[in-house]
Amino acid sequence: MPAVIQLEDFHKTYRTGEIEVRAVRGVNLIAEPGEFVAIMGSSGSGKSTLMNTVGCLDRPTQGKCLIDGVDIGSLSRNELADLRNRKLGFVFQGFNLLARTTALENVQLPMLYARPRITVSEQNRRAAEALELVGLGERMDHTPSRLSGGQQQRVAIARALVNRPTLLLADEPTGNLDSRTGIEIMGIFQKLNDEGMTVVMVTHELDIAHYCKRIVVMRDGLVRSDAPVTARLNALEEIQKLEAEQKAVQLNP
Amino acid sequence: MFATLRIALMAIRRNVLRSFLTMLGIIVGIAAVIVGVSMGTGAKAEVDKRIAGLGQNLITVMSGNMSRGGVRGGFGMAPNLSIEDFDAIRQEISQVTAMSPEAGTTAQVASGNQNSSVRVSGVSDEYIDARSWALKSGENFTAADVRNASKICLIGATTAKTLFGEGIDPVGQSVRIKNAPFTIVGWLEAKGSGSFGQDQDDVLLVPYTSVMKRLSGDTKFRFIFVQAESPDAIPLVQEQLKELLRRQHKISDGKDDDFMVRNQQETSDFFNANNRIMTVLIGFFAGISLVVGGIGIMNIMLVSVTERTREIGIRLAVGARGRDVLLQFLAEAVLLSVLGGGVGIAVGYWLAPLLTQLFQFPTLISQSSVILAFTVSAIIGIVFGFFPALKAANLDPIDALRYE
Repeated sequence: MPAVIQLEDFHKTYRTGEIEVRAVRGVNLIAEPGEFVAIMGSSGSGKSTLMNTVGCLDRPTQGKCLIDGVDIGSLSRNELADLRNRKLGFVFQGFNLLARTTALENVQLPMLYARPRITVSEQNRRAAEALELVGLGERMDHTPSRLSGGQQQRVAIARALVNRPTLLLADEPTGNLDSRTGIEIMGIFQKLNDEGMTVVMVTHELDIAHYCKRIVVMRDGLVRSDAPVTARLNALEEIQKLEAEQKAVQLNP
Repeated sequence: MFATLRIALMAIRRNVLRSFLTMLGIIVGIAAVIVGVSMGTGAKAEVDKRIAGLGQNLITVMSGNMSRGGVRGGFGMAPNLSIEDFDAIRQEISQVTAMSPEAGTTAQVASGNQNSSVRVSGVSDEYIDARSWALKSGENFTAADVRNASKICLIGATTAKTLFGEGIDPVGQSVRIKNAPFTIVGWLEAKGSGSFGQDQDDVLLVPYTSVMKRLSGDTKFRFIFVQAESPDAIPLVQEQLKELLRRQHKISDGKDDDFMVRNQQETSDFFNANNRIMTVLIGFFAGISLVVGGIGIMNIMLVSVTERTREIGIRLAVGARGRDVLLQFLAEAVLLSVLGGGVGIAVGYWLAPLLTQLFQFPTLISQSSVILAFTVSAIIGIVFGFFPALKAANLDPIDALRYE
């Protein structure tokens, strides 16, 4: 089984007019199947650039980036699109759902572009299944405006899962959510990871990063530290703790 | 394909008012095409109907030549078709089923205390056959009546109404034409207005000999009507008529005819020339309005692409190819313009009869114009939708996702 992500001396340089921005300057990183990686770093550290390349939205200027054994540097725009469609699932900070479109239709979106084509009934079945998985089985016909932030992010996760990807990429998935909802979302990621899904997420928050198994810290386009999480948090336990605290507050006003 | 259309329809439904305003240009343009073309075809159908009303396989010989170089004499010239010409045609040209000269005059006609100024046409007994004119009652006069210059006549529906009143059979009654008494032997069916707009039913048909001897004193005819026995015989008969009349009128080679020989098709073309100009003009303006409508669609599609940059980014991120996005926006533009075209056609169908009702303007919606309108609107969608769609398809997914 090849590594899900394999970066070899990965460089990315942007050119805006005269100025050259060396966003990433030589990163080596391997993520094996079943890993759960948090990428941390301040803004400008190069983590977004790294995510864009790993997400096959961009190609390295220098070095190699292999996704599930495929070198994306040699792929055309269309081949990159197909790779994103088959192997990657995206979860964004701002949810990025289509407005005035039901949850079910939002989840179906990646299947519209699947090759070979998926029949409409199969699309409906799989989308419903994915929504059940994130606990939104009863709100399939709701549009994003009628869903809370946490629910919207669940729809986004269902959308990311619906084409059965090998890698789930999340860019600050809890950034727009309150802490309790954030923990719930991390609970979903932990459950998926327990079932074998490889997850890579970017986050600012150290306590959120502690739900992962490995933390990679970047600064100035380089990896500064890469270590397994020692005191790993369990989302289910944390939520139970929160609930216990709330009860205690209610009992002793 | 089906999925693309569904997505496009969803996008249009999301903003109904804007979609409608976008379509308005196309709606107006297509409706103008439908109405304009229907006016053209309607006018042509009307002319053709009137020309056909002249009679079947009818060839008209006219005095003078409107197309003669330099001097445009035409109808204004003195009549120059003689009885000898008429007899020569009768004797020499076969494949003719009926023929009649026409020696017209306008005269004061009276009956009892009613009187009216009426066109009195001197014709032969074959005239009403040649012009497919039926009798409501009574009967036609005979060749013998023509020979004897009998004082009898056929009366047109309008004249009968004026002189005797509505619905009263005038056969057997007598009228005074320039104070000479004529007996009415036949009552003509109403024929409606003629190709020149005059009332064809305000007429008395009298043996031409009677007109010439007793009423006008003319010796020449302005028209000779010849009915060919079949449509195929028309060109030959026309050719023979020209040859014969040049001989009769002693026109040497190289000189122009002093008469015109026209069949119905030629007469119809003559009157339809104006209609064609009108159709082309309306078509031109409708075309301009369609182009403006197309630009409107392009404009809105460009706005829409900018507005939905994020949506495009999401679609690209989850694996849409550039082509998928291109097709989606193209489908939207085409759907908009085709829907607009459909509404435009409906408006045209509603407007054309209204035009007929309000201005008595004949209209006729042809199927081909509907198909044309539909095709044109689809093409407009493709042409004007392509640039915005291409712009959408070429967006960079990262920039598109970050777009606020």
